[in-house]
Amino acid sequence: MSEEDYEEDGEMNGKKFLYVNRRGPYGTVYALESLEVVLIGAAFEQDVSLAFMDDGVYQLKKGQNTDGMGMKNFSPTYRALEMYDVEKLFVSKESMDERGLTTEDLIVDVEVIDNAAMADLMEDAEVVLSF
Amino acid sequence: MKFGIQVNEGPYQHQAADSAYNFAKAAIDAGHEIFRIFFYHDGVNNGTRLTTPPQDDRNIVKRWSELAADHNVDLVICVAAAQRRGICDADESKRNGKDADNLAEGFRISGLGQLIEAGIESDRLLVFGD
Repeated sequence: MSEEDYEEDGEMNGKKFLYVNRRGPYGTVYALESLEVVLIGAAFEQDVSLAFMDDGVYQLKKGQNTDGMGMKNFSPTYRALEMYDVEKLFVSKESMDERGLTTEDLIVDVEVIDNAAMADLMEDAEVVLSF
Repeated sequence: MKFGIQVNEGPYQHQAADSAYNFAKAAIDAGHEIFRIFFYHDGVNNGTRLTTPPQDDRNIVKRWSELAADHNVDLVICVAAAQRRGICDADESKRNGKDADNLAEGFRISGLGQLIEAGIESDRLLVFGD
C-alpha cells in the first residue's frame, strides 16, 4: 500500500507517535535520520510528539555552525516542524540542567518536563521510535 | 499479536540484528504475525547479498532471506538510508547510474512511510538498536 493510498482510504487510526531523540546532532547520523522520519511521518497525520533527552537536547541548540565539518546544518529544519503540524516538543529538564541549558538557548518553543513526566509521556504513547 | 520491527544497526557490528532476528523467529514460532521488518540507519547493511562471513559464523543476511522465504515476512530497506550506504537493487542501481546492485533476496527497498505504516498497523512496534 502506498502512502497515497493510505491517505485516501480514510482508515487512519491517529495513533500517538513519540519520537525519542537521545543523541547530539552531529557525530552520528541518528538525529538527522530521525528528523527525516518525522518529516515523512507528518504526511500520515498521526498524533505526533517529539521528546529530547540526554545529548538529544543539543539538537535544538541555537547557533549551530557546521562550517568545516562538511555536513549540512539541519537545525533550521526543527523550526519548520510546525508547518508540518508537529508542534508538541518536549525536553527533559534534567538533561537541560545537566548541560547548563535553558529554553533561551533553544531554536524552537518547547515544553520542559521532568523525567517522571517524560516516563508518563512514553507510557501514554502507542508507538515509540527511539533514536 | 501483530508486530512491527525496526532494525537500526548493521550486522556483526552490533547485536541488534541478531536480537531482532531471534525475536521475529520466536514470535512466528509462537503463532504471532510479523507485519514488517524495517531496516534503517546502518541496519540497511543487513540487506547486502555480498556479505561473506567466515564459514563457522552465522550468515545474518542469508538468515533474513530464509525468514522471508519461509514465513513470507516483509523485509523493507529504507531507500534514503540505503542510498547513503550503497545498498541498492537493480532498479535503484540503474536509476542512479551505478554499475552494480547488491540487494539480497527477500528484501525490498522502499520509503520511510513503510515504517510509519508499520507503527500504525502493528499492535506493537519494536525498535532494535542502541
